Amino acid sequence: MPKRTDIHSVLIIGAGPIIIGQACEFDYSGTQACKALKEEGYRVVLVNSNPATIMTDPEFADRTYIEPITPEVVEKIIVRELEEMRRLGVPVEQTQGPSAGPAGPHKLVLLPTLGGQTALNTAMALHRQGVLERYGVELIGAKPEAIERGEDRLAFKELMLSIGLDVPISGVAHTPEEARGIAEKIGRFPLIIRPAYTLGGTGGGIAYNRAEFEELAKRGLDLSPVSEILIEESLLGWKEFEMEVMRDRADNCVIICSIENFDPMGVHTGDSITVAPAQTLTDKEYQIMRDASFAVIRAVGVETGGSNIQFAVNPDNGRMVVIEMNPRVSRSSALASKATGFPIAKIAAKLAVGCTLDEIPNDITRETPASFEPTIDYVVVKVPRFAFEKFPQADPTLTTQMKSVGEAMAIGRTFKEALQKALRSLEIGRSGLGGDGKPWRIGNEVFGDRDLFPRELITRKLTVPNAERIFFIRHALRAGFSIEEIYQLTRIDRWFLAQIREIVEFEEELAAVGGRAAG
Amino acid sequence: MAASTPAILALEDGSVWPGTAFGARASACGEVCFNTSMTGYQEILTDPSYKGQIVTMTYPHIGNYGVNALDVESWRPHVAGFVVRELSPVVSNWRAEKTLGAWLEEHGIPGLAGVDTRALTKKLRVHGVLNGFISTEGVSAEEAVARARAWPGLLGVDYVREVTHREAFAWDPEDRFSGSFRLASGTGATGPAAPAPLPPADIPIVAYDFGIKYNILRRLRQHGFRVQVVPAHTPAEEALRHRPAGIFLSNGPGDPAALPYAVRAVADLLRTGIPIFGICLGHQILGLALGGRTFKLKFGHRGANQPVKDFETGRVEITSQNHGFAVDAASLPAEVTVNRINLNDQTVEGLRHKSRPMFCVQYHPEASPGPHDSTPLFAEFRRLVEARG
Repeated sequence: MPKRTDIHSVLIIGAGPIIIGQACEFDYSGTQACKALKEEGYRVVLVNSNPATIMTDPEFADRTYIEPITPEVVEKIIVRELEEMRRLGVPVEQTQGPSAGPAGPHKLVLLPTLGGQTALNTAMALHRQGVLERYGVELIGAKPEAIERGEDRLAFKELMLSIGLDVPISGVAHTPEEARGIAEKIGRFPLIIRPAYTLGGTGGGIAYNRAEFEELAKRGLDLSPVSEILIEESLLGWKEFEMEVMRDRADNCVIICSIENFDPMGVHTGDSITVAPAQTLTDKEYQIMRDASFAVIRAVGVETGGSNIQFAVNPDNGRMVVIEMNPRVSRSSALASKATGFPIAKIAAKLAVGCTLDEIPNDITRETPASFEPTIDYVVVKVPRFAFEKFPQADPTLTTQMKSVGEAMAIGRTFKEALQKALRSLEIGRSGLGGDGKPWRIGNEVFGDRDLFPRELITRKLTVPNAERIFFIRHALRAGFSIEEIYQLTRIDRWFLAQIREIVEFEEELAAVGGRAAG
Repeated sequence: MAASTPAILALEDGSVWPGTAFGARASACGEVCFNTSMTGYQEILTDPSYKGQIVTMTYPHIGNYGVNALDVESWRPHVAGFVVRELSPVVSNWRAEKTLGAWLEEHGIPGLAGVDTRALTKKLRVHGVLNGFISTEGVSAEEAVARARAWPGLLGVDYVREVTHREAFAWDPEDRFSGSFRLASGTGATGPAAPAPLPPADIPIVAYDFGIKYNILRRLRQHGFRVQVVPAHTPAEEALRHRPAGIFLSNGPGDPAALPYAVRAVADLLRTGIPIFGICLGHQILGLALGGRTFKLKFGHRGANQPVKDFETGRVEITSQNHGFAVDAASLPAEVTVNRINLNDQTVEGLRHKSRPMFCVQYHPEASPGPHDSTPLFAEFRRLVEARG
């Protein structure tokens, strides 16, 4: 299936400013898309409010607008660009007619899936306001209906259940009786209670037993102006996985990369240490997740391009639930691209204009097509970089809201090598997990590199997710905590903990040799 | 076994790969090959097609999720030896029953860890597969190389007779093992869900066992076939005594050209007009029975991401593969169509007869390990059988 010949110009929306929660990954994906579409011979128009990006360098697009990314501004750009296309002699009017008319490039299309959430939201606003329809501008990459199905949490959950996939069970209650009924249906604690329409979600919380549940449910119902609470089963401590999927318009689907989060559910993926590929799934479980990923992208209806699908797995019985999907190139896509060498954004742009995976050459092998699943003989570790010292008023506890300001990714032949390289790359002055002779500043206290930390400090730092937790796993192992104890405090998979124990054991071995050499 | 027992792999080219022992205290010769799957080591180890081979995994961390009673493709591991970069110090999975090392030890199979498997794989890719010798019994480097060189290799050797069942048997007549594995679902779940329900077993077929994987038998049963498994050396007339509506030819180890009895039986069966479906070695035997030739690939296809182009649908399947031999497209008669090729090296991946009800694939639609993209081939076999009435 060759590329589309009805498209003349492609409008790409960038991601705007770099903020916490959205770093330069979308500059990377947008730049890739510009290059790929120009390579295919399309005229590329770019809008981005951030001039400090690679994609806004003049050579990447045929025309670049440094303007605010709002529906109003993008509408004006559409009007101007249609004018420009007319000036260039493009038969733009065909687009308004009922049929496509004679072949030949005449369309202006909008590609919204490479500029993160900002681009997607802007495109959806233009769709809802009828702007795209008015000017005959087609959304490519993902249709508005698919974007809506992916983004509306309730509709997404219903859709998942309808295709036989499992989701976190939840229900809405208006009375204490209804609340009890839902709790019974879910059947286990902890439960999350969220009152509707309270400022910043005040009055919500996690109930670990029946008494706490009664109290939180009553308080939530009282606080909610509409006496409504959402009750949901808690996935705290479950294992978190991600799958990067690509699909083309011939319905070829491939997984680019699986990712296993080092930090269990409860920490935002952007703040988690993440590892590719998945380490603790048997082939049976991995294939079930792969099949589910394809089922999700098909059900949501993302026709071409990449999607990121998140799963949680109960470590005790393997139950797998779908958490969410991003019908666009995401932060994890950038990671998956670098981890595997598969240029997701570039390929996604080519798929959006109608190419199929088996027509696009594979950049790595150059001889084989892009319709393959990368298999790697190494491990990739991404570690988030925090800067709480610059935000003294911020709560350094890691939650479901992203707080990291950057990340370092490293590749190694083993998890241990990749982890140590990533930690060293954070530029926080450490050479890895520790053992580098440098002191540790914990709050107002200073400890020597090889000091044994107090057990209660270690326990506290392990229990609540925080930026230093990875280093406290080392401190805990050196202080004699067992893997089982650390697992119970952190719910970090025992496989990861055992790997870190090997690093610590080697540190001790080196220290012993160093001691003998010095002595 | 102590953590630091030395072990060794020697290749016929004189290279020596020292490391740490795991599994059994044992020694073995075999053809050294690599597999690129990132998951599924237990299925790989128990696949009878690996008989006579020393397998190394390109993925560095092996043993992470242990082993369990369900993820086996036959009654025991068949590899001659297993070579990994890093053996996991713990097992971490809710289904794990024991460590990989303990399980290999039970079955008398030597393991070697701490080897630069990337360097080993590169050597095999450049040179092609090599004969090797693996030992966890303190054999010297010189002796190990000598043993690797003295091994005659697997070309022309019949390994099928070592892995085929001795007697014919009915597969899972009580439907205890054939349902698809399913994960727990819903909040009340404590363990995996009951296996998926099975349709009635209403079509009798005969499956030739050249080293058949359990998941092929499960998939056949899941598609409503009542499967009579027969040993590899069963003559056609004996197979026909079971009055099969279809014939299935399984995967298996080694050189297809070393199996004249199987080629003869399959040629006879082709003449009956009964629908035939073959996988892997079964596909190669069909190629030979149709008058074609097979040849040895340089380093084979072993992994879970082999792209196959299906010319009939235009789609690309990501397939699971494990084979060292291939059918030579140029050797095939005109009444056979090559309907699938491997996109990596353009070798034959599928055949279809133009006038007879027969098709076969070089790859593994039963997966296990690997992607499920090609499961519909079992439904295609059923349609082929049903079409004939």
